[in-house]
Amino acid sequence: MRYKIDPGLYALGAPDADSPVLISASFKMSFDLLREALPARNAWVLVLDTDGINVWCAAGKGTFGTEELAGRIESCGLSRVVKHRKIIVPQLGAPGISAHEIQKLTGFKVAYGPIRASDLPDFIDSGLKARPGMREKTFTTGERLSLVPVEIVHAFKNFLMVLPLVFLLGGFSGQGMFVANALRFGGATALGLLMAIAAGCLVTPLLLPWLPGRAFSIKGLWPGITFGVLFLVLRNIVSALPAASTLESAAWMLLIPAISAYLAMNFTGCSTFTSLSGVKKEMRWAVPAQIAAVVLGAMLWITSVFI
Amino acid sequence: MSKLVYLKDVVTLQLNSESCSGCAMCATVCPRGVFEISHRKAKVADRDACIECGACAQNCPEGAVSVRVGVGCASAVINSMLGINNSGCCSMDQYENDKAAAKGTGC
Ligand code: SF4
Ligand code: SF4
Repeated sequence: MRYKIDPGLYALGAPDADSPVLISASFKMSFDLLREALPARNAWVLVLDTDGINVWCAAGKGTFGTEELAGRIESCGLSRVVKHRKIIVPQLGAPGISAHEIQKLTGFKVAYGPIRASDLPDFIDSGLKARPGMREKTFTTGERLSLVPVEIVHAFKNFLMVLPLVFLLGGFSGQGMFVANALRFGGATALGLLMAIAAGCLVTPLLLPWLPGRAFSIKGLWPGITFGVLFLVLRNIVSALPAASTLESAAWMLLIPAISAYLAMNFTGCSTFTSLSGVKKEMRWAVPAQIAAVVLGAMLWITSVFI
Repeated sequence: MSKLVYLKDVVTLQLNSESCSGCAMCATVCPRGVFEISHRKAKVADRDACIECGACAQNCPEGAVSVRVGVGCASAVINSMLGINNSGCCSMDQYENDKAAAKGTGC
């Protein structure tokens, strides 16, 4: 793994026996963010073996955990390196760490640091006290946008898998040459699917706080419906293709919202405010509805090709 | 922008006030501001905001908090239903997800 660094004790600047000790994960970016947040400061960084995974995810898996932390404090001889008995653990590591257990096992007292590494200097300077706001996970537009590329790549893989079928069926549409049809009608269909992906993977994350509904599938429905209509407008007015039949239009108004809702539902994992209980509850009704809409939409669309 | 919340009345968070000592550790570790401390007791002030991360339960010295821990990620649920192991959003696109997560986003 390229993004892994070796576990162990690192020195930032020239730390001594009184310098603060920060705990981090063996994911390179976690370490780098820490280092960037503390320019020109002396501190110890104890890197736990999290298999190259960030603090939050590793805490969820348990690799950023009590046992690993206690063991690493021991094996690095931290009690001989520093005189004090305080370690700063990132707050997002708390799901994996039991602070009172650590104190019992090692004698070190855990101070949970702020969520964002950039708040660390402030936290340290105010005597390991977090200001209001430092303890809450945000989900800003920028944070949401940074996740969009991953989502699009995922969706795109599935899109490429259905693409041959799309062009094949396109070939049977309309009159005229098979290849020409495949390109014209297949191209239009591909555009429809791309717009569904854009609705679910780009527009939904971007507008997340403002889209009506609490379930992500419902949030994803609105961009889906909008893009469904937009697609039909493009398809019928802008392109030189003959207008879509009622059957085909109905098919698109099922397919685009359903795909968008499904992709939006998958954004739950990227978000910072969903629970597993909630996701399971949403999926109980949302997945059957999405499957029904996609199957029905696909059937209508295929029928519209052949009549 | 006000706090984003997911579904209502669904999380498994339980607080046993009787054994609570009011140490405020739960409020410190919770990334969602679920707890409030008043009169030396913890109180669940914003239940629907809980994401079932388990930080509070792990760090309550009195064992007064319990929660069924999990990741609120639909693709992980789908993968585990399909029998694909290695599930969990965190393992899908290691680097990209980690990059966002390291910045303080989820995974
Ligand atoms: S961590 Fe436990 S004992 Fe401390 S305030 Fe919270 S519930 Fe009470
Ligand atoms: S499980 Fe996590 S989000 Fe829920 S109350 Fe506990 S610390 Fe807060």
